[in-house]
Amino acid sequence: MLAVNFLLLGAVLFCIGVFGVLARRNAVMVLMSVELILNAVNLNLVAFALMHGNVDGQVFALYVIAVAAAEVGVGLAMVLLVYRNRRSIALDELSEMHG
Amino acid sequence: MIAQAAADSINVAQNVGFGIIAAGMIFAALCVVTTSNVVHAALWLVLVLAGVAAQYILAAAEFVAVSQVLVYVGAVMVLFLFGIMLTRAQIGPEKGLNNRGWAAGIPVAVVLLGLLSWAILDAFEDTTLPDRGPTTTSRISDDVLHPYLVPFLAISFILLAAAIGAMVLARKD
Repeated sequence: MLAVNFLLLGAVLFCIGVFGVLARRNAVMVLMSVELILNAVNLNLVAFALMHGNVDGQVFALYVIAVAAAEVGVGLAMVLLVYRNRRSIALDELSEMHG
Repeated sequence: MIAQAAADSINVAQNVGFGIIAAGMIFAALCVVTTSNVVHAALWLVLVLAGVAAQYILAAAEFVAVSQVLVYVGAVMVLFLFGIMLTRAQIGPEKGLNNRGWAAGIPVAVVLLGLLSWAILDAFEDTTLPDRGPTTTSRISDDVLHPYLVPFLAISFILLAAAIGAMVLARKD
């Protein structure tokens, strides 16, 4: 199996995630796109672990999974707080600090 | 991809499986970022995450695959569905999910994909992955508990801080 297969799949997922982060206005949808990006990175890490014949990349992928879980927890708590205060989670309406 | 595999005499079945799963994943990921229904986006995301777990198994990373299913498909998706339910009233298609200038994201993503593909093909064009059996969990645990022990402790602390922080943020008073 070619290493390029995994790496290109990771690149495609990453770009789709970047598009989602840029295009979406709903905060929950932006968090979902961030998950796509993190999974693309994990795919690359696992492919590199296989390429080099050690498990360092897999350990890093596990750590990224743990950090992603923490990020989703805090992110959704913040979205919930914003929704409670403003009855909306549209990101372009959060412009108090715009100056 | 099949012609490539035949030319390089690599495991054809593995490549075909990879291609099918990858096509499904890319389609589901595109649906995640384009659908106008938030709940559907979450369900498409489940498909992407399950596909990633399948790819981990193809890459001989069983423990990471199982963790992916447990943490992402299990816990994170439930969290997302809770977030969706708690932040909106109506179920169904919704207007205004995208920014006004959302189309500007397409050229950005395409250019980024072009650059990444060029760099990847330039660096790893002929690299083949070795055929390897499953990675035993003991190797991963040896790595976690010896060379990567300090990051492991840091991650534990991050998870604790995130759990407490999320509770403090979401508490009602």
